[in-house]
Amino acid sequence: MSFSNSVAIVGVGETDYSRASGRTELALSLQAIRAALDDAGIEPDDVDGLMKWWVDTSTEAEVAANMGIRDLAWWGEISQAGNVGAPLVAHAAAAIHAGLANVVVIYRGVNGRSGRRYGRGDVTGQGGRGGGAFTEPFGLLTPQHGLAMVARRRMYETGITSRHFGMQAVAQRRHANRNPRATFYERTLTLAEHQSSRLIVDPFHLFDCCLETDGAGALVLASADFARELGKPAALIRAAAQSGPGVGSPAARGAKRLFAMAGVERDDIDVIQIYDHFGPFVLFALEDYGFVEDAGRLVEEGGTDFDGGRRPVNTSGGHLSEAYLQGINHLIEATRQVRGESTAQVPNVTFSFCDTGIGTGSVILERGES
Amino acid sequence: MNDWRFERPPGLPLPQPAEEARPFFDALLEGRLAIQCCVACGLLLHPPRAVCSACQSTDFDWQETSGKGVVYSYVVTHQAVHPALAGHTPLATVEVELAEGPHITSNLIDVPPESVEIGMAVTVVFEEVSDGVVLPLFRHH
Ligand SMILES: [Zn+2]
Repeated sequence: MSFSNSVAIVGVGETDYSRASGRTELALSLQAIRAALDDAGIEPDDVDGLMKWWVDTSTEAEVAANMGIRDLAWWGEISQAGNVGAPLVAHAAAAIHAGLANVVVIYRGVNGRSGRRYGRGDVTGQGGRGGGAFTEPFGLLTPQHGLAMVARRRMYETGITSRHFGMQAVAQRRHANRNPRATFYERTLTLAEHQSSRLIVDPFHLFDCCLETDGAGALVLASADFARELGKPAALIRAAAQSGPGVGSPAARGAKRLFAMAGVERDDIDVIQIYDHFGPFVLFALEDYGFVEDAGRLVEEGGTDFDGGRRPVNTSGGHLSEAYLQGINHLIEATRQVRGESTAQVPNVTFSFCDTGIGTGSVILERGES
Repeated sequence: MNDWRFERPPGLPLPQPAEEARPFFDALLEGRLAIQCCVACGLLLHPPRAVCSACQSTDFDWQETSGKGVVYSYVVTHQAVHPALAGHTPLATVEVELAEGPHITSNLIDVPPESVEIGMAVTVVFEEVSDGVVLPLFRHH
């Protein structure tokens, strides 16, 4: 039996975003969790479940001890890398639906600029071991290298261009310019500036790459019944799906499961968040999830922009312009959109879509009753 | 332009292959580009696997390839995102589709980064980059 609409996101919270937090990753996560609990209107000891990114350095034991949780009933984490936000939501929703936990907090805290920098090959590389034996000796050393290789081929096959990537980067920057939390709140971006920005790994320009951020975010999940007793409109989890290794696009495979569980069509979705470690992948995902056939044409028409677009994409600014928090900021923004609390609020949102890692996981949230 | 020659950044990692990948690198020492081949079903596997992903057989052979292929995709590193790249950018890395099907990552020895194109015909060359370590690089001309 599906958990569709039986579980909700009832609270969201984040820290300030900076390049040097001066706090530990644990302290950041605890601060974000506190904000999310305040947002939900519940106390730390109401929490009986915790979930984290496998790569997160703050263990559930440390977090539980600091929060003063007296009976942690359920916890877990998901492997891979930054791309598991929506999968964590799927797991937590399944656990709540199954009665294993009542209130689950999902957290992600990183010193992504002052600490471990994910874009550095000497940080994330394999030293020529494992699969790295076949790639690193030739200079493919970082996540951006492998993804740039995919992007270059896609440009060749579909005709999508760096200018299209720039148009999406500009749309997201315009969203960030409305969002006081965003790193680039006060800095505008033009297409010309995108095109003349330095190349990092061609075809990726600087402004195709995500920020590096110190900060944290947290979500609180509980049953829809519990949510109705709280003050704010809940973000019901209408559907969630994961998509792992296999043949063909993970997004296309995951989309089948996601939309089948949701029982809605692509056109029913009012607003979209997509994981943008590299901006070009937002456009690829829009195609692979089946939202559009030609994402290049979509951005030429301004279709992803809050101002004039039919269905805005990455309305907080995303990883490119708000913060790089490995998808938790996308989930927070997707929640705010169904609650009517975004700084780029789409009118009358019923269904809010969020991908958290080029197909690895996705959710559809539905506006609940207040 | 014609006398441009690839200079490999000396600090790039050297392969530390897992057990099942050793024969690939051993063959390079003998001047052969050999790809893992499932004896049971004939599938070519690269990178090498512990078990054939099509038929689950563990009976492998190593099939020598023609060493010919085309550039399937490429990237050019401009920012030194690894200490080994400092002073060695721009650096082009290519994904070669071998005539036999598998894709392998490499560098082109005779095409400067700004001239690399998808679809270029390339042929393997064997380059000793360190004592006892030979890598498969490719030439266009
Ligand atoms: Zn086989």
